[in-house]
Amino acid sequence: MTRYVMVADLNRCVGCQTCTASCKHTNATPPGVQWRKVLDVEMGEYPNVERLFMPVGCQHCSDPPCMEVCPSTATGQRKDGIVTIDYDLCIGCSYCAVACPYQARYKVEEARFAYSDGPTENEALRFDERRIGVAQKCTFCSDRVDAGLERGLTPGIDPDATPACANACIANALTFGDLEDRESNVSKLLTENTWFRMHEHLGTDPGFYYLWEEK
Amino acid sequence: MKPTKFSRFGTSHQAIWDWRAAGNFICGGAGSSLLAVSTFAAFPGVADGRLLLLAVLLIGAGLAFVWTEIGRPWRAFNVLFHPQTSWMTREAYVAALIVALLAAGAATGVAFLSHIASLAALLFLYCQGRILKAARGIPTWREPAIVPLIVATGLVEGLSLLVLIVTMQGAAVPAMFAALILLVALRAAAWLRYRSRMNASDMPLSTRRVLQSSHLAVLGVGTAVPLVAAALALAVPMAALAGALAALAAAVAGWHFKLLLITRAAQVQGYALGNKLRRGHPFAAR
Repeated sequence: MTRYVMVADLNRCVGCQTCTASCKHTNATPPGVQWRKVLDVEMGEYPNVERLFMPVGCQHCSDPPCMEVCPSTATGQRKDGIVTIDYDLCIGCSYCAVACPYQARYKVEEARFAYSDGPTENEALRFDERRIGVAQKCTFCSDRVDAGLERGLTPGIDPDATPACANACIANALTFGDLEDRESNVSKLLTENTWFRMHEHLGTDPGFYYLWEEK
Repeated sequence: MKPTKFSRFGTSHQAIWDWRAAGNFICGGAGSSLLAVSTFAAFPGVADGRLLLLAVLLIGAGLAFVWTEIGRPWRAFNVLFHPQTSWMTREAYVAALIVALLAAGAATGVAFLSHIASLAALLFLYCQGRILKAARGIPTWREPAIVPLIVATGLVEGLSLLVLIVTMQGAAVPAMFAALILLVALRAAAWLRYRSRMNASDMPLSTRRVLQSSHLAVLGVGTAVPLVAAALALAVPMAALAGALAALAAAVAGWHFKLLLITRAAQVQGYALGNKLRRGHPFAAR
């Protein structure tokens, strides 16, 4: 069995948004749509204020509420835990978007590009008409993972089999890997550090772990 | 509730479902309930065909609202693909069942079919409550007390429409006013339970404000006015118009609440730091 998860080290993340940029480049998401983004979090009251940066996006839950509510079966889950959307089945009702407690889903009604005078070369190359009018979200770069696996590569270790955001992170704060493999990079990180998951009480069993040493 | 470092942040109002989604809950709730209560009132006979037609049209109008909101309207029938877990799929199937049963009843004259259709209408109403409860991203919707509240609100709307129509026809009977009093009281109880659960939660200030304005509308316009007016209609046989006023106030308050619930009281979950820091592999306990 395989369960791909993402580990985000909040003590390392510097909030540079390189993961956000690499995701936008890789997936050519339109303005306003960020499958991966980093929140700038301030906590406490002056003068006792803390600040941290928190990468968010689809948490690829084991028990995804989006999949439960989806009336068309467009939202599915692979055996490796990655939550998927079949753009050809989705009716764009957005029920999944209101069911997701992580604000990870978007719907775009018309083609939009970064600049008003048409798509950039990259946007034109990667534009997918099937994404118009339907739900969309982070895919954990499943196409890269699958292509890498076909070449015998290891997701999370070999860049060609690893999500673009984790590849791009300048602080090595994002780590992707197989949680079922006790010797994997993510297993070691979670074994050796303190961590939490967001909104666990909602019973989603998210596949996104945050390393954090509370001060 | 005092905010801590683990409190939710980044909550904003969902802008995905708008007044059209509210239209489904308003029209669908009123239509399904009208079907149920008019059949109950006519039992063991069959309700006036015009009432049944109005009920079906209202249910259809609600679904049409949703149809205008979806991104790929020509794939609308894909909504039927997931009855295993999706309450939206189940709602669509029940709507189809209602139409089929009423059509069969009208064609054959068998009253039993319309009786079954009225039970299906109650199921439709229940589906609407469960649709909201399953939306785990919206705290005001996923609260379990939303289900009895949506059902009670729908029942009040349907009965109110029936009372209005029969009053205009000069055929109102005291039992209808008594039933309205009962249902309005039930809705008020469901509302108070829902509101107390929400007040005990960490809902954002903006949601709290919207629910407060709903509170005044539901208890004032939607409960006090109907109770007094319906009681007057019961006590004074010539005061049928008071009964109509009771029905109108009860229905409008319910519709107002649903509109606010979908379009203004629907802040998303937001983000939060987890307050359970752990060390060790997540599967270590296996």
